[in-house]
Amino acid sequence: MKKFSLLLLTVLLVWSCTDNGPSGPDADDFDREAILVNWADNIIIPSYTNFSEATEQLHTDAATFSEFPTASNLLTLRTSWESAYLAFQTVSMFEIGKPMELRYRDNLNIYPTDTTEIEDNIESGSYNLELPSLNNSQGFPALDYLLNGLAEEDTEILTFYTTHPEAENYRQYLTDLTSRIDSLTNEVLTDWTSGYRDEFVSNSGNGANSSLDMMVNDYIYYYEKHLRAGKIGIPAGVFSGSPLSSHVEAYYSGDFSKELFNASLDATQNFFNGVHVNQPNQSGESLDDYLDYLNTMKEGTDLTTLINNQFDAARQQASSLNPNFAAQIESNNTAMLATYDELQMNVVYMKVDMLQALNINVDYVDADGD
Amino acid sequence: MSVSSIRSYLTTSTNAAPLAVFRVFFGLLMLISIVRFAANGWIEKLYIEPQFFFSYYGFEWVQPLGDWTYLIFMICGLSSIFVTLGYKYRFSILVFFLSFTYIELMDKTTYLNHYYFISILSFLMIFLPAHAYYSLDARKNETLRSQQVPRWSIDSIKLLLFIVYFYAGLAKLNSDWLFEAMPLQIWLPSKYSIPLLGDLLQQSWTHYAFAWAGAIYDLSIPFLLLIRKTRIFAFILVVIFHVLTRVLFPIGMFPYIMIVSTLIFFDAGLHNRILDYISRWFNITKSFFDNGKAYSFPQQWVRKASLAVVSVFFVLQLLIPFRYLLYPGELFWTEEGYRFSWRVMLMEKVGYANFKVVNPDSGQSFYVDNTEFLTRFQEKQMSFQPDFILEYAHLLEDHYRDELGIDDPEIYVDSYVALNGRGSQRYVNPNVDLTEIEPSLKHRTWLLPFDDEIKGL
Repeated sequence: MKKFSLLLLTVLLVWSCTDNGPSGPDADDFDREAILVNWADNIIIPSYTNFSEATEQLHTDAATFSEFPTASNLLTLRTSWESAYLAFQTVSMFEIGKPMELRYRDNLNIYPTDTTEIEDNIESGSYNLELPSLNNSQGFPALDYLLNGLAEEDTEILTFYTTHPEAENYRQYLTDLTSRIDSLTNEVLTDWTSGYRDEFVSNSGNGANSSLDMMVNDYIYYYEKHLRAGKIGIPAGVFSGSPLSSHVEAYYSGDFSKELFNASLDATQNFFNGVHVNQPNQSGESLDDYLDYLNTMKEGTDLTTLINNQFDAARQQASSLNPNFAAQIESNNTAMLATYDELQMNVVYMKVDMLQALNINVDYVDADGD
Repeated sequence: MSVSSIRSYLTTSTNAAPLAVFRVFFGLLMLISIVRFAANGWIEKLYIEPQFFFSYYGFEWVQPLGDWTYLIFMICGLSSIFVTLGYKYRFSILVFFLSFTYIELMDKTTYLNHYYFISILSFLMIFLPAHAYYSLDARKNETLRSQQVPRWSIDSIKLLLFIVYFYAGLAKLNSDWLFEAMPLQIWLPSKYSIPLLGDLLQQSWTHYAFAWAGAIYDLSIPFLLLIRKTRIFAFILVVIFHVLTRVLFPIGMFPYIMIVSTLIFFDAGLHNRILDYISRWFNITKSFFDNGKAYSFPQQWVRKASLAVVSVFFVLQLLIPFRYLLYPGELFWTEEGYRFSWRVMLMEKVGYANFKVVNPDSGQSFYVDNTEFLTRFQEKQMSFQPDFILEYAHLLEDHYRDELGIDDPEIYVDSYVALNGRGSQRYVNPNVDLTEIEPSLKHRTWLLPFDDEIKGL
């Protein structure tokens, strides 16, 4: 039995060796927590801060317009809608924590918007925007319709807010939408600044629920579903066989869809490189540095360059597109499809090569492996 | 070895305690495995929620049974209790083998070498008299009760373990594992948050050390366990090795199963002491079973049939892992003959598969959103395994024919795979209409060749 007890002791020893005690940082190690700190402090929180200022302005201008529905106030409101919509492109990929809980992106940006539902809501005057069933009659796409899509000419649009029998309901709905965008955003920002930041940064382990794993998954998901498919692929008919020009982002505003796309592309590339949101000439630790570190160890291909080149190639390809994607799709969809192909190539680099290098799983099933 | 020496070997008996202990622990660990599987919600997640399941070639008829699937797991768990107790053993182990194997065959997505190991081990156990000693069966049935069992019945479990380890070691003798430390180079750095080891795992030399140590361990451990002098040392290695793999990788119950299984290499003395312990806890009179009798099969033909089945079983076990030699091309890339061959944790493969549906009548085409049909886990497994890709393409063909009314849809796949840290490479020939290819065991000419070479066994 002596031998057996010795064995037991060995087992216990091995367990205790591996399970206890903190390990000090090693000079040669890559500091993954630095990525989380950089993401939180220099990218995510500043992006939400900027965005929340924009949503506040948007709501103020909507309230002003609602009170004084003049042509010039309409123009002001449109400008703040555009700024806010652009700023939204820098936060949309961070669907982690509070935003995930609120289903933030679904509330703010489902398009095409449901115009029938919008009209029903306005007519009835009673609606609960918190219901998931009303996700596609609110947010930026619904505002797009209310500010740009009600009629051809601005003078006609104004009549909906002035002389229309339900003008008051129109004004009310407009401000309800901007108020909801603003309050949801404040909720997210407050959550980040009042504790979640520390939770995010300290969750620096390597499990499927660690911040790094979750953020990278969300990031790639955003790139694949919302940037590649949502802004380009779906309207270009990649998934339906025939083009759906009415499915472009900001359909009613006309010349704005490309700008939104570019903002999103820039935001995703900047995130990859850890570029500071408020100091674009500075960048901190991010996926690029991590990949560089891992690739040096493996003497593998320079993935960082591949991915950045592919971002640039997509931007280059998109530069020739009409500012109005709907018009582009109707006149020459091939150019849209070519942009899609360039974006698609980076899905391969990020979802296959990058995930392999980082050894991050794409699924959340924590089933056993071999 | 002459015929007569084989004959005399086959008639030799040995103390039955190791086999009884093996039966008890095997049953218990299986019970824990099943309970753990259910408690993790995996029955629901893996066998109820998906709308489609990937089948093994020839076993397409094995499908989850909706809510009845829980019943299969209950049967499997109950039979493992009966195996532990040695109650109606032959029937219980048969039921366990059938239910466990059925579960494994329901969806190929969850294939693991470990599960395959349990399946064939329980199959082998059907033919071994593991109930002759220290069991409820032996308690009730005096003619069954025996203190001695045929030596070959214990040795056959040793042989199976020997094959598993040794073949796993042989499979590691390749250039990726030994000279690139792949895929450990990918896996280990990501375990940075493991205390103490975390920093070590960032070092390149650690990856090489682990790779070489792993290969040497697998190749030598069966011999070290067989030799009396090195047995204790070997067992300590077994414990350290498997505990370490448990810490580093999410491999569930397997380390414990291997640790307990290798106890079979020890002499009967240890096993009798283990049984003494158990007897004291549960107030069992162990001496009741110590009748000095040797087990004999109830009928000569049962003995002969058992020996025949076990012999054929081992011939197959020795050959099946080498079936990959029948195929041209790189095994890791084509995966022709990869499964059921003890290639454990040998490669890191990540894929991406984008399916295009073409309506030949209108010339229209569109891409498929895989999440519409598959769970994320299934999508992940599908994207780098050719048989999955093909099976999925046929599912898409059926779906778009029935749902969209496309007469004869063509399915193409745009797919990329990265293997062991190499850059991603196009995988399936994008010009091949996958609906024209029937699943078979033939060489897959529709895969693009691998750009690199992996030397080795």
